[in-house]
Amino acid sequence: MKTRAPSAPPFDAASVREDFPILDTQVGAHALVYLDNAATAQKPQAVIDAVSHYYASTNANIHRGVHYLSGEATDAYDKARVTVANFLNAAEPRECIFVRGTTEAINLVASSWGRTNLKKGDEILLTTMEHHANIVPWQLVAAATGAIIKVIPITDRGELELSQLDQLLTPKVKLLAVTQISNALGTINPVRELVQKAHKVGALVLVDGAQSTPHLRVDVRALDCDFFAFSGHKVFGPTGIGVLYGKAALLEKMPPYQGGGDMIDRVTFEKTTFRGLPERFEAGTPDISGAIGLAAAIHYLAKFDHSALAAYESDLLTYATEAVANVNGVRLIGEAPEKAGVLSFVMEGVHPHDIGTVLDSVGIAIRAGHHCCQPLMKRLGLAGTARASFAFYNTRTEADRLADALVKVKKMFG
Amino acid sequence: MSDELDDLYQDIILDHSRRPRNFGRMEAPSAVGEGYNPMCGDQLSVFLKMDGDKIADVKFIGELCAISKASASLMTLRVKGKTLTAAREAIADMKTLVAGEKDPPIAVEERVGDAIALKGVRKFPARVKCATLAWHALDAALAGSGKVSTE
Repeated sequence: MKTRAPSAPPFDAASVREDFPILDTQVGAHALVYLDNAATAQKPQAVIDAVSHYYASTNANIHRGVHYLSGEATDAYDKARVTVANFLNAAEPRECIFVRGTTEAINLVASSWGRTNLKKGDEILLTTMEHHANIVPWQLVAAATGAIIKVIPITDRGELELSQLDQLLTPKVKLLAVTQISNALGTINPVRELVQKAHKVGALVLVDGAQSTPHLRVDVRALDCDFFAFSGHKVFGPTGIGVLYGKAALLEKMPPYQGGGDMIDRVTFEKTTFRGLPERFEAGTPDISGAIGLAAAIHYLAKFDHSALAAYESDLLTYATEAVANVNGVRLIGEAPEKAGVLSFVMEGVHPHDIGTVLDSVGIAIRAGHHCCQPLMKRLGLAGTARASFAFYNTRTEADRLADALVKVKKMFG
Repeated sequence: MSDELDDLYQDIILDHSRRPRNFGRMEAPSAVGEGYNPMCGDQLSVFLKMDGDKIADVKFIGELCAISKASASLMTLRVKGKTLTAAREAIADMKTLVAGEKDPPIAVEERVGDAIALKGVRKFPARVKCATLAWHALDAALAGSGKVSTE
């Protein structure tokens, strides 16, 4: 992903920026520099229009109405699922369950698959760099079933300590849950290799794709992962929508996660039977406009040559990393050779929160704190970091403004 | 840099954050209060040595941002040697100063002394909890409850 195919058109960030109306925001006297993309990405006009058009012309409940609008809404919602399935290269659309986001997707697997399949002494393998959303649902299911949580450690550079994998990956492990890209460090994990090794001991693998879907081309069949979770709002779609991908053979055997309308086959007070995939896991009226907005975001992304886009992002991250590393007192956190999107750092004698406030005063939006990764911060011996996270609409000029502002921060507190 | 930013990081705040007063652990304290800000993960401990009704000595430790460290430092100066009642009034004054819905009354501004420098936090809602963290911890130490969270 670092080399550009010779035929690829160059990526033009300046024209891409015009697709994102919010990027014109002024923060006081300063043009906004939005470097908090790992928290949520901004939305192109195409997504805003798709959501707006749905409410202006198509809004109705799905799968139940006999009327024209319900047909239109149902059609748009079902097409969105096909779009998502193609985006992930899932074998079938019914393997893609619409949920609220990555967090709900993981909770669905932990609740439905975990409570049915885990028993006392079984092991759930996580990594030190997981987001709380890929830790806490497993702790809840571990408490309910007696399963045990084990953790793959990381190196000081922020890579998984793969030398310990064989020792940890015993037949006791029933599930490995791992992030494809660390939200706090930017490390890209070798998920394909992890899946192969986990499958050898009979463990399933859930991949947290919240940070990878905006940067990598994901292919769930090539990864051969059993579950894959991502959020719409981080891939330039709306908030409130996300996807759980699961292999059909697994999902079919899992009990419902929530009960309600849309997910039932027949209800009597004596016995209720459930529908098949994907409806069984989508109780109640779903986020129809969110699914349509997410599909619009995926169609928007499909317009770009992915290798050109990836090359641009890789170059930008390298450039920004050098610019920030050159600021006196800065220490980079997370120096894995394979990284995407995230530049985490600390500054000697300056708390990340103060860095964030000073940068905000000149219009630069970053995130400061533990990034919902308290176990990772503890491992690194830090209370938190300052994190600049990039999307393809960010530019070298913005990276320069970040570095210049950090020089001022150092002067102010240093 | 903006005027609001200068109001937040006044010289007195920067001075107290670089050279916090009464910073360090206390041997055999009469009371300890812990403060925790779940938003950023910052934590702080306030130690009190009581002499009857009076706070004979006060110290604090913690991994803190400039605002929370300066606020804690200013707090120690404000309550050292004071009675429990006066310390509780000082806590109430600080809440009025940085988190009150209306601009603080002149009487409060006059009472708080150097801690008036924290008033700039009012314009930074995301940082109010940094300014109140130490005072919540002091409150917990006085109440004997030990631990508080800013949530």
